[in-house]
Amino acid sequence: MSVEAQEIPRLPEVDPLEKESIPQAARRKLSSPWASFVVILLTFVWTIPTLGLLITSLRPAADAQNSGWWTFFANPAVTWSNYSEVITGGSTIPSGITPYFFNSFAIAIPAAIFPLTIACMAAYALAWVRFKWSTVVFFTIFALQVIPLQMSLLPLLQMFNLGWNLGPIPIFPDLNRPGSEQSLLAGTYIPLWIAHTMFALPLATFLIHNFIAQLPRDLMEAARVDGASHFLIFRKIVLPLSVPAIASFAIFQFLWVWNDLLVALTFAGGTPDVAPVTAYLANIKGTYGAQLHLITAGAFIAIIVPLIVFFALQRFFVRGLLAGSVKG
Amino acid sequence: MEELLTGLEKLWSGFLGVAVFGLLIALLFFIGSRLRGRLSRPAAIVIFLGPAVILLIMGLIVPAFRTIWASTQNSSGKEFVGWANYQWIFDSQVDIIVNSILWIVITPIAATALGLTLALLLDRMRREAIAKSLIFMPMAISFVGASIIWSLVYEYRAPDKPQVGLLSQIVMWLGVDDPPKWLLWQPFNNYLLMVIMVWIQVGFAMVVLSAAIKAIPGDVVEAAELDGATGWRLFSKVTIPMIRATLIVVVTTIMFAVLKIFDIVRVMTNGNFGTQIVANEMYAQAFVQFDIGRGSALAVVLFVAVIPLIIFNVVQLRKDRATR
Repeated sequence: MSVEAQEIPRLPEVDPLEKESIPQAARRKLSSPWASFVVILLTFVWTIPTLGLLITSLRPAADAQNSGWWTFFANPAVTWSNYSEVITGGSTIPSGITPYFFNSFAIAIPAAIFPLTIACMAAYALAWVRFKWSTVVFFTIFALQVIPLQMSLLPLLQMFNLGWNLGPIPIFPDLNRPGSEQSLLAGTYIPLWIAHTMFALPLATFLIHNFIAQLPRDLMEAARVDGASHFLIFRKIVLPLSVPAIASFAIFQFLWVWNDLLVALTFAGGTPDVAPVTAYLANIKGTYGAQLHLITAGAFIAIIVPLIVFFALQRFFVRGLLAGSVKG
Repeated sequence: MEELLTGLEKLWSGFLGVAVFGLLIALLFFIGSRLRGRLSRPAAIVIFLGPAVILLIMGLIVPAFRTIWASTQNSSGKEFVGWANYQWIFDSQVDIIVNSILWIVITPIAATALGLTLALLLDRMRREAIAKSLIFMPMAISFVGASIIWSLVYEYRAPDKPQVGLLSQIVMWLGVDDPPKWLLWQPFNNYLLMVIMVWIQVGFAMVVLSAAIKAIPGDVVEAAELDGATGWRLFSKVTIPMIRATLIVVVTTIMFAVLKIFDIVRVMTNGNFGTQIVANEMYAQAFVQFDIGRGSALAVVLFVAVIPLIIFNVVQLRKDRATR
C-alpha cells in the first residue's frame, strides 16, 4: 500500500508523455527539411509556367517566337511594345483588349452585386421569417446546384431573343424591335447580368443562409419585440453582421464571372460591345496562335485583375472556399 | 483617348445597372415596410424570397425541363424524334464519353492526392504562407488564361530548331532527340490537357485539406503516437479517417468542376485530335452547328452524370455523420 501511495506523486517525474514526445519532436524536426525541400520544389514547378507567360510577354517578337523564354536570362531584352499593341490594337492584331477589359468590369461587378443582394434577402426569409414551406424551399434551392449551366443555356438564349410565353401569359416579353431581327437586349450587358445572377443564386443562398441562420436569436427577438419590421432588421442588423460572409462570396463571384467563358460566349458573342476579356483571349488564341508575344501580353492583362484581387483579399477568399466545401 | 471614353461609358452602364437594381430593391422595401398588421408577414416573405424564387424558376427549373424536352426533338427543335439524339451520342460519340469519363476519374483523384501530399508536408513546415499562396494562385486564373500559359509549355518546334516549349526542351535535355507534337500526340494529349486542370485545382484541394488536418484535435494525434502509431500507420489509421468527409467533398467538388469544363479543351485543341469531351461537344452542337436536339441531349447527359455523384456524396456524408 505504502509503495503504491508513494509511487503516485512520483508519476509526473517519469512522465511518459514527455519521454515519448522528445524523440517524436526530434523526428519531426529531422523530417521537416525534407518536407521543406519537396514543398519548395513543387512551389517552383507550380510557378514556372506563369513566370514563362510573364517573361514571354515582355520579349521582342523575334526573340519570343524563335527561342525559349528561359534563354531570356542569357539574353535579356525587354520591350513594352507587345503590351501597347495588345492594349490599343496594332498591325498584327487590329483590335485591342481595352474595350473587352472595361466590359469585364461592367459585367463582373453588377453580376456579383445582384445575386448577393437577392441571395441575402432570400437567406434572411428562409432563416428568420420561417413559414410552413421554408425548409422545403431551402432544400430545393440547395439541390438546384446540381443542374449544370449547360442545361439552361439554350432555353435562356431563346427567352432573351424571342421572349417566353406560358400559354397566353407573357412571362418574358419579346423585345424584338419591329422589323428587325435583333432583340433590344442584344448588345447590352443585361442578358449576361441576368444569366450570371440566376446561376449564382443556389450556392450564394445556401452559403449566406448558413451564416445568417447562426446570428444570435435573442438579437432578432429583441428587435421584433421593439416593433422593428423585417425590412428594418434586415438593413440594420442582418446586413452589417453578415459582412464577412458577404465579402467572401462577393470576391468568389467576382472572380468566377471575370474568368467565365461559357456564359460570355453564349450571351455576348465576341463583339467588343459587350464581350469580356476571356472571349477576346479565346479569340486571339484561335486566330493569332503563333504570335506568342502578343497572346501572352493579352493573357497577362486579363489575369492581372484576378491576381490582384486574390493576393489582396486572400483571407476572405479562403474563408469563402472553406465555408463552401467543409460545411457543405 | 477615345477608347478611354468608350471605356468610361461601359463602366457608366454598369453603374446604371446597379443603380436601377438598387432602386427596385429600395422600392420593394419601401412598399413592404409600409404594410402593417396581418399583411406584413406574407408581404415580407414575398418580397424577400420572391426575386430569388422567380429567377430560379425562370433560369434553372423551367430551362431544365425545356432542355429535356428539346433533347427529343430534331435539329431545329420542331419535330419529335424520340431517342434518336441519344442513339446518336451512344453510337457515334463513344470516344467523347470515354474521354469525359477519363477526365472525371483521373483529374479529381490526381489533384486531391497532390493536394493532400502538400497539405501534409506543409503541416510540418514553419513558413508555409508563401508556398501556399503560390500553389493556390492558379485558382484565381481563368481557364482561358491557364490554357495560354500551358500552350507555352506544350509549344512544338522541329527538333533542329531552338525550342520554345518548355516541355520539349526539358525532354530534350533529358536525352530525347525527337519530342512529339504534344497536343497532337494521341491519346496522351488528353492527359496533357488534364495536367492544366490539376495545376489549377491542387491549390483548392491543398487549402481545404490543410484546414481539415489542422482541425484534427491534438490529443487524438498524441494518443495515437503514444500507442506507437507513426508515419504511414498514423496517416492511414488516424489522419485519413479524421478528414474523410472533407476528402469526399474535395473530390466531388473537383468532379463537378471537371464535368462542366469546356474552356480548356476549347482553347487548346477545340476538341480536335481525339480530345473532345461532352461539355465542349455540347457547345459545338448547340451554338456552332445550331443542332438544338443534339446539343440538348448532350446537356442532359451531363446532368444525368451528376446525379450518381451527388447521391454518392450524400450517402458518404450521412455515413460519416452516423459514425461520429
